[in-house]
Amino acid sequence: MSLVKKTRGVGDGGLAANLGRRLVLIVPYAWLILFFAIPFLIVVKISISVQRDGRPPYEPVFELADGFIGAWESVQKFSMESYAAIYADRIYGDAYISSVWIAALATLCTLLIGYPLALAMARAPRRWRSLLIVLAVAPFWTSFLIRIYAWIVILKDEGLLNHALISTGLISEPIHIYATQGAVLIGIVYSYLPFMILPLYNALEKQDTALVEAALDLGATPFAAFRQITWPLSMRGVIAGCLLVFIPAVGEYVIPDLLGSDEVLMIGRSLWDEFSTARNWPGAAAVATVLLVLLLVPIVAYQRSHLQTHGAAR
Amino acid sequence: MPIPLIQLAGVSKQYGDVRAVDDVTLELEPGEFFALLGPSGCGKTSLMRLVAGFETPDAGRVLIDGRDMQGVPPYRRPVNMMFQSYALFPHMSVERNIAFGLVQQGMAKGYIATRVAEMLRLVKLEGYGARRPEQLSGGQKQRVALARALAPRPKLLLLDEPLAALDRKLREETQFELMQVQRDLGIAFMLVTHDQDEAMAMAQRIALMRSGRIEQIGDARAIYERPASLFAAEFVGEINLFEGEVVQSGEGKFAIVQGGGRIALADDTPLPGPVRIAVRPERMVMSHLRAGSYAEFAGVIADMVWLGDLTVWRVRLSDGRLIRISRSNADAANAAFSRGDQVFVGFEAQSARMLLS
Repeated sequence: MSLVKKTRGVGDGGLAANLGRRLVLIVPYAWLILFFAIPFLIVVKISISVQRDGRPPYEPVFELADGFIGAWESVQKFSMESYAAIYADRIYGDAYISSVWIAALATLCTLLIGYPLALAMARAPRRWRSLLIVLAVAPFWTSFLIRIYAWIVILKDEGLLNHALISTGLISEPIHIYATQGAVLIGIVYSYLPFMILPLYNALEKQDTALVEAALDLGATPFAAFRQITWPLSMRGVIAGCLLVFIPAVGEYVIPDLLGSDEVLMIGRSLWDEFSTARNWPGAAAVATVLLVLLLVPIVAYQRSHLQTHGAAR
Repeated sequence: MPIPLIQLAGVSKQYGDVRAVDDVTLELEPGEFFALLGPSGCGKTSLMRLVAGFETPDAGRVLIDGRDMQGVPPYRRPVNMMFQSYALFPHMSVERNIAFGLVQQGMAKGYIATRVAEMLRLVKLEGYGARRPEQLSGGQKQRVALARALAPRPKLLLLDEPLAALDRKLREETQFELMQVQRDLGIAFMLVTHDQDEAMAMAQRIALMRSGRIEQIGDARAIYERPASLFAAEFVGEINLFEGEVVQSGEGKFAIVQGGGRIALADDTPLPGPVRIAVRPERMVMSHLRAGSYAEFAGVIADMVWLGDLTVWRVRLSDGRLIRISRSNADAANAAFSRGDQVFVGFEAQSARMLLS
């Protein structure tokens, strides 16, 4: 009797759990559809329409209200003009390349600075670790804009850095950093460093320290142990950190706008110029769409490598 | 005279207020199976880490093959360690794990392949070379860890609680395998364990440790039969303790056993004075009748456990103490003793060990 009851209980629980699991799965998908897929489709739609004077500043295409025939008519009105313009005008290509280059350089710098920090945090005595994490994200407690303005004060020709260097006699003329690519790089590295440190810390903290000891015991020098054990085992953290820095850095607008100059081409600024100054919504939408496609490549590559390591693990 | 493989001379190590290792001096011969035995926190692991080079002594010297290891990092010491957690590299195959030490030494590819195959054969894991550690059972991981540590031909293998993670049956099998491997290779093993059975079964010599100090060094039999202290007597095996006093009279030395008469002692027994008298359960004598020829106490059998090869009785004395007696079941007389029986238990002089502390 009790056995029957028990079995039924398990069955009920299983069904409820199953339903619950499905509901839980729906939430992220719903979120993605509502806040990513639909807005993105709207952006794509705008990118294939034609600019005009008015409100909104583009010819409407493909309105749901048009019905099937209207839809067919509007498909014929699809315009690849904006994409053609991006392809034809060198400035866009240069901005994309320059953005990717600056973002890649910034990612490399955050990795080089963040890795030793994350490693030191992960190997610090346990009671210190939470404090160190708080310190790593402490800059977030002040406004992002204020921190970038602070960098202007530091990097300007008559700023704190040059002042300090001149007064110590290291240099006689101020170094021109502000409004260069270097300043943009410094701003991005500074702002995104915590996004590199946290996933690295997470990966390194989970590593069994006995692994490095075993490597040393078997004759590996500390560097060899790092190269063969610590580094490959932290690869997931490295990839996650690099994506978290690289992807937003490519589209970064505020930092190049405040710390750079017109000479520092970044696609985020091109997009903004197109959107606000030129009032070319289809052009801006096309720039954004191309950027997203460009960024999808590393994400898909990461997903695949992720799947591969997982597949091999099983 | 051959140089000892390992010499520890007055080695001490302090962590904060705790003296983890306190003035330890000992020597290991080449090819010896040695065990550091003690309860957790006794300093045995710290001592092993000092030998491996993961810790540096605050005082004293560690010599390997007569060479002072002061300032020599772990990767330049001819000793390898088998970690308690095995510490197998999770991103490498079994083969690459075993080859790791050889690769660090810069050995030729062909030699490495031969050596890895040899090691896989040694630990009976042929055909498992391509697997990942996570695809192995606990016992298999343990053997990979052993193969990896032995592959670079260390002069000494340190084993940190090697059997702790295995289940009972596997543990016994592995004990024999480890002893076999040790004998075949002739490499010195230093086993660290809190399990006295493990140490007694495998090691030729045992150092019993307590609060950072070595309490007693000797073979299993010496520590069991002639414990140097109360701690040694109680930590290794079961023991019955009696209060008493050693006295000197005209006829020689005697021990007056409190409530149990007196026993004659050999003349080389240490100074007169109060002593604890320790007797192993299998050395106890039990009968239904008073014998009168040795220290003897009246009691009642409180319980008995039949263990197949032997039977263990616990006898409650009139003062409430429980005395443990074990006898081989080859003795047909065992059947005569059952729960509730009025019995006399005691021991003869040669079965007793006088302990001062």
